[in-house]
Amino acid sequence: MWHLFIQKLGDGTLLSHSGVTLFETVLGFIIGTLLGTILASLLWWSPRLSKTLDPYLVILNAMPKVALGPIIIVAFGPGFPSIISMGAIISIIITTIVVYTAFREVDPNYLKVLQTFGATKTQAFREAILPSSFPTIISTLKVNVGLSWVGVIVGEFLVSAKGLGYLIIYGFQVFNFTLVMLALMIIAVFATIMYQLVELLERKLIKD
Amino acid sequence: MSFLKIQDIHHTYFSNQTAATALADISLDIEKGEFVSFLGPSGCGKTTLLSIIAGLFPPTSGKILLENKPLKANSDLSIGYMLQQDYLFPWKTIEENILLGLKLIKKDEGLERIKTLKLLSDVGLGDTGKLYPRELSGGMRQRAALARTLAVDPKILLLDEPFSALDYQTKLKLEDLVFETLKSFGKTAVLVTHDIGEAIAMSDRIFLFSANPGSVYKTFKVPDELRELTPFHARNHPQYPMLFQTIWKELESLEY
Ligand SMILES: Nc1ncnc2c1ncn2[C@@H]1O[C@H](COP(=O)(O)OP(=O)(O)OP(=O)(O)O)[C@@H](O)[C@H]1O
Ligand SMILES: [Mg+2]
Repeated sequence: MWHLFIQKLGDGTLLSHSGVTLFETVLGFIIGTLLGTILASLLWWSPRLSKTLDPYLVILNAMPKVALGPIIIVAFGPGFPSIISMGAIISIIITTIVVYTAFREVDPNYLKVLQTFGATKTQAFREAILPSSFPTIISTLKVNVGLSWVGVIVGEFLVSAKGLGYLIIYGFQVFNFTLVMLALMIIAVFATIMYQLVELLERKLIKD
Repeated sequence: MSFLKIQDIHHTYFSNQTAATALADISLDIEKGEFVSFLGPSGCGKTTLLSIIAGLFPPTSGKILLENKPLKANSDLSIGYMLQQDYLFPWKTIEENILLGLKLIKKDEGLERIKTLKLLSDVGLGDTGKLYPRELSGGMRQRAALARTLAVDPKILLLDEPFSALDYQTKLKLEDLVFETLKSFGKTAVLVTHDIGEAIAMSDRIFLFSANPGSVYKTFKVPDELRELTPFHARNHPQYPMLFQTIWKELESLEY
């Protein structure tokens, strides 16, 4: 495997495949978490919206998102956008649900304090709702690291053009299991690094 | 004309199935600079009334006038509300916490800022500005909450059992501090408490509430001799146990 690693590193294919996958995963991860949090904020903002969307969220959450893969590829074409969407879509709904729950569980007395100071809804969100939900948002980040790897690798299986997911499928088809193992190792290393980065962020943001 | 006028307040909480009348027919007047207490058994609607005065939600019927104007027209932060726990924001420093009210109206710079930091030393927390709430004791946190409430210079202070989570000694000290701070700023205040002694020691007048539905059962005037003393000294005055006995008997009669 080490031999293969040196060889693939030498001809540049490893670097380009890893780069592609890493890029897709990071982007999928950021988009998924961001959209999930934004959606949660909208739900908090508008009780009417949350009432309407609630049943759909439950259904979408229960559904295996990777099953949407073929539809996404039809919609966005077989390339980056589809794979990134896969990486994002897998974490959006669960992020929305978890973060929205955290928003609603903020101690209403903090809101009372703000309300007596005449705070607007935006101010209440910025001063109390969002900061007191940071711990929850960070823990969804940790979950989403893993999820977006799943989404992206499955996306690459389906699109099958580039990336570590492609290397796995390809290695499997030509019975080159060393290549499969190599790709898996690289994924493990990158996923661990991403997780560590999230933990670093956690220590920076949450002081107590 | 009274400073704060509470007129025919009724309040009913509605849920899906039930309606619970928390307040019935409450009318009372509070003068400028006066310190009054709401005393009464648990569940008689004290917090509900205070929340309505604070404008947190409207009453089912009735109205509240501050300086002859409905509360809504007094939008310039006329009310300061202090709760049983400090509810300092744990992710903000003490300084950021007490500047919160001013920050929301974008006045947390310059002179206002200096005034507020002065307030922090007035409550004996001069050197804690950069600390986080968790680094302070319960009593210190409640003092910081007082400074936060006073920072926006409210016309009236509403205190919902602000001392009940503290140990006895801290509570006595804080009573004196709040009493003296409010007197020196000439603030009007309403205190909700379960503690007869605290009500006598701090107030000019005491409203005794009865439950089901919450209404004013009796009003007591605290004698001038006690009113002039700080809470701590008032507790040691010969008049104190007499009033205590009177109120105690009334409370007893309410509970059966
Ligand atoms: N949000 C609410 N929804 C429904 N009922 C409520 C609500 N808040 C209070 N109540 C009811 O209204 C009544 C008065 O409650 P309130 O909290 O004002 O009493 P309180 O005098 O402050 O009691 P305590 O001394 O225990 O703090 C109680 O019977 C309570 O169950
Ligand atoms: Mg109460």
